[in-house]
Amino acid sequence: MSINTTAKLNIDWVLVTLYALLVILGWFSIYSAAYNPEFPSPLTFSEEYGKQAVWIGVCLMLIIVILYLDAEVFNKFAIFIYAFFVLLLALVLVVGKEVNGAKAWFGIGDFGIQPSEFSKIGVGLFLARYISINSSQFKSLRIRAYALAVVGFPAGLILLQPDVGSVLTFLAFILVMYREGLSGNVLIFGFASVFVGTYSIVVGSGTTNYPYFGYQSSVWTFILVLFVIGVLALFAVKQFVVPRSRRMINTVVVASTILACAMAYSINYVVDHVLEPHHKERIYVMLSLPVEREDATYNSEMAKITVGSGGFVGKGFHEGPMTQNNYVPEQWTDFIFSAVAEEWGFIGSTVVILLFFALIFRLVTVAERQRSQFSRIYGYCVAAILFMHLLINVGMVLGLAPIIGIPLPFFSYGGSSLMAFTILLFIMIRLDAERLSIFR
Amino acid sequence: MNNNRQYTFLLIVASVCLIYIVRLFMLQVATDEWKNKGSRLTEREVVIYPSRGNILDRNGKVLVENQTVYDLMVLPKEMQPFDTNHFCQIINLPIEELRDALKKAVTYPNVKYKPSPVVKQILPAEYAVFAEELHKFPGFFVQARTLRIYPESLGALVLGDVGEVTKEILEKNPDYRKGDYIGLNGIEKAYEAELRGKRGIRYVYRDNLGVEHPVAEGRLDSAAHEGQDLIASLDAELQKYGEMLMQNKRGCIVAIEPATGEILALVSAPTFDPNLLVGRARGNNFAQLASDPLKPLFNRATQAQYRPGSIFKIAQSLAALQIGAITPQTVIPCNRALIGCHGGHSADDLEMAIVHSCNPYFRGVMQRVVEANRDPNSRNNDAAIGLGIWQEQIMKFGFGGNMGSDLPNLKIGKVPGADYYDKRYGTGGWNYATIYSISIGEGELLINPVQMCNLACIVANRGYYYPPHTVKKIGREGTARQEYHEKIDVGVNRSYFETVVNAMEKVVGPGGTANSAKLSDIVICGKTGTVQNEPKEDHSVFVCFAPKDNPKIALAVYVEYAGFGGTWAAPIASLMVEKYLKGTITNLEKEKQIREARILNYVN
Ligand SMILES: [Zn+2]
Repeated sequence: MSINTTAKLNIDWVLVTLYALLVILGWFSIYSAAYNPEFPSPLTFSEEYGKQAVWIGVCLMLIIVILYLDAEVFNKFAIFIYAFFVLLLALVLVVGKEVNGAKAWFGIGDFGIQPSEFSKIGVGLFLARYISINSSQFKSLRIRAYALAVVGFPAGLILLQPDVGSVLTFLAFILVMYREGLSGNVLIFGFASVFVGTYSIVVGSGTTNYPYFGYQSSVWTFILVLFVIGVLALFAVKQFVVPRSRRMINTVVVASTILACAMAYSINYVVDHVLEPHHKERIYVMLSLPVEREDATYNSEMAKITVGSGGFVGKGFHEGPMTQNNYVPEQWTDFIFSAVAEEWGFIGSTVVILLFFALIFRLVTVAERQRSQFSRIYGYCVAAILFMHLLINVGMVLGLAPIIGIPLPFFSYGGSSLMAFTILLFIMIRLDAERLSIFR
Repeated sequence: MNNNRQYTFLLIVASVCLIYIVRLFMLQVATDEWKNKGSRLTEREVVIYPSRGNILDRNGKVLVENQTVYDLMVLPKEMQPFDTNHFCQIINLPIEELRDALKKAVTYPNVKYKPSPVVKQILPAEYAVFAEELHKFPGFFVQARTLRIYPESLGALVLGDVGEVTKEILEKNPDYRKGDYIGLNGIEKAYEAELRGKRGIRYVYRDNLGVEHPVAEGRLDSAAHEGQDLIASLDAELQKYGEMLMQNKRGCIVAIEPATGEILALVSAPTFDPNLLVGRARGNNFAQLASDPLKPLFNRATQAQYRPGSIFKIAQSLAALQIGAITPQTVIPCNRALIGCHGGHSADDLEMAIVHSCNPYFRGVMQRVVEANRDPNSRNNDAAIGLGIWQEQIMKFGFGGNMGSDLPNLKIGKVPGADYYDKRYGTGGWNYATIYSISIGEGELLINPVQMCNLACIVANRGYYYPPHTVKKIGREGTARQEYHEKIDVGVNRSYFETVVNAMEKVVGPGGTANSAKLSDIVICGKTGTVQNEPKEDHSVFVCFAPKDNPKIALAVYVEYAGFGGTWAAPIASLMVEKYLKGTITNLEKEKQIREARILNYVN
């Protein structure tokens, strides 16, 4: 197999540039957050920044391998790649190493490999393959159910580890299916669920605080706010969801009210009786509801303080007092964005968010220009996975999402996630490079 | 149609990015709230603890001073994996205790970013062993603090001890912080404000390298003021001697200088070495002392309330003379049908009645006080009026009140009045015949040993006293508190004291009940008491002062379940007098006999 001239010429350099920028900025951030004054060299291999440099080197090799592979491989062997990772997910439950209460790692000496990070590649490829060969029938309930099962089975295995954060990122595939024809009501249902869930937890906690702000409102203001939102929602449903059948509106309102009540009740039941106390606390902390233990709010509080400490222009590289004094535990992993925000300020962190947006935007553009349906669906998978990680990880640092341990792509320290995202992205770049040769 | 969906997808992504950028703006630019919280974290107050004042005895001997000890602390956030076995070996700690402490350090209300103690109060010698190696264990460090030490090992209860402030005090008093020490009892408690001093505060901030610098060049800092030394009124030699005489006995000795009200010795027996309640062993030792059936933690000198017995006849005589119920010449027959008596006498005057401790005489004296026909229509009301007059005079001697003493939690005893008997027997339900046992210091009367000694002071001074107090000087060049410079008059004509003083001299003289207390060259005036405890052994009581003229010391000695007053309490008092006035003991045989006696019956 050799890389052909067409592919070589058609590499999307915008994606590659964005990738390179994010990886380099990420490595700088780790160098600052994990900085050990005893070992000032960025290539100290006993420190996190040295190790990350090694991983970046490994990724460069992976990129070359992927670009030299025949693009057809990913489509043809999708089911085997998928099966391989599902097998690994099952295996890790048996022989995995337990870290922080989850059996998520294969330990090889000092290094660990996290199969759940890589499994997204298999799921993305196989989902793209499955939908593309059944594209004419994707409206059928049966095919949709199978497609959901393709996503749900590995997600279930990850839930057994248990690693709730990784499972949540699998919601990305729902967005992909939406692009491929799933009803838009899925999104409305999603938003409504988050809203009803949030408010039922607030009410369940016995307060009338505005979620996220921590301000106490009076009971009547609280009810008024809910009432206004309800009327707006009713209007929106009437206009957009059932615009053509006015008589359906009553059914929809009655059904959704019953559904919302059932959901509110069951969410509170889950929060109070099923979740571990520390999970409940994390959700309360996110919503700025009062918690009993000071420790529960610590990570979230420190992350917000570290972000706030950055101000408009930031404290500068290696200058953030919160970052350099390790107030946020293990800042170089899941909370790396707080180091970015403190040292580079509002300007720097906005640039990072915009870089991610540009990457996702470019991926969607690239996906949409594919002739092969397989490539397009896979492109959306990559974009959606990156988006879910951005949504949960940055949301967590900013106190808008609960504390869930998932990495920020290209930034968080860790070989598994860096390699997985690199492979994920460069398979798309490889597929895109081939696009002109398909059906020619 | 699906082509629109790429825009929906991008719209969702764009909205989330926008929300996050707005949120960043709110956290970083719009308000200073989070920035301020951050600077409060990187800034830190360093508290400079003043050293607590020392306590010295009246001759300048150090009774209480400070020693530096170390609390081994852990900051879990900075901990790194370490060899626990080696660590436990060098700090000499069982590994289970280390595990417990580390677990506690991250369990509510402790959190991993705040230091928690691992081992408290490590002595300097113990610390020296591992000081060099401690830096090998990141997250562990020591915090120096001072503890009390008692070089003379005496006066545990009168000096008192210090302990960490309780939650209640923290809530009430903002000057204290968690972990601060406070005087819990004795002089440590009574003079807490003077001993404690004022803490200083230094503000520092940590830069990005973790190095600390003063905030605002130290302009916000405040200096610490050291606590003041106290010169106690105690005489260490006398206190130690008293504790030695009282070993293997229960009871107490109170010695006061009549001319000043300064407490020279305050012995509560059994006692213990105050150093037992210091340092790591405090908890264990405290539990052991608290469960001891002899109750060594109970300060019998200040907390006990006893029936005074015959020593109360001194107060009765003075009160009755002042009220006018009797004169020194009044003779009352020893009618043993009314109340028991002992010894061969039949009709004494006041002086001889005191010497013989004649019960019928004092029953008669009290009857004349109470039943003076002030209300001819009601025997009860007559008694109520008489008892009121008596109660008022008796309370002037300091009974039923705390005399303005600086002894914390001093019990005030009880002087029953008409209201008490009305409550007990119903109004009109009692008369003199009901209550006469108080005439000889029995019945419902309760008196504290410090009050007993104060009575001896009043007689020694012929009519007044100074509030008994334990501190002679606040600050090495200072004086006692203002209220201890003012004499309190008991309202009894000075001439009435002559009879009583002469009688007390004869009590210690040949044939007196306290002849065992006689010294060849010092005239002691005293009065024995034998407090009945049917069916148990009597309490042995003695109060005295010496010398007769220009008295230097007044004493009250109470030995529980020891028998006759003249047998135990009187010789103990006379040894104390000799020790204090001459410094040496002539009758070493008597001293040995007392020292070796074990009077610890009825221990349950
Ligand atoms: Zn008699």
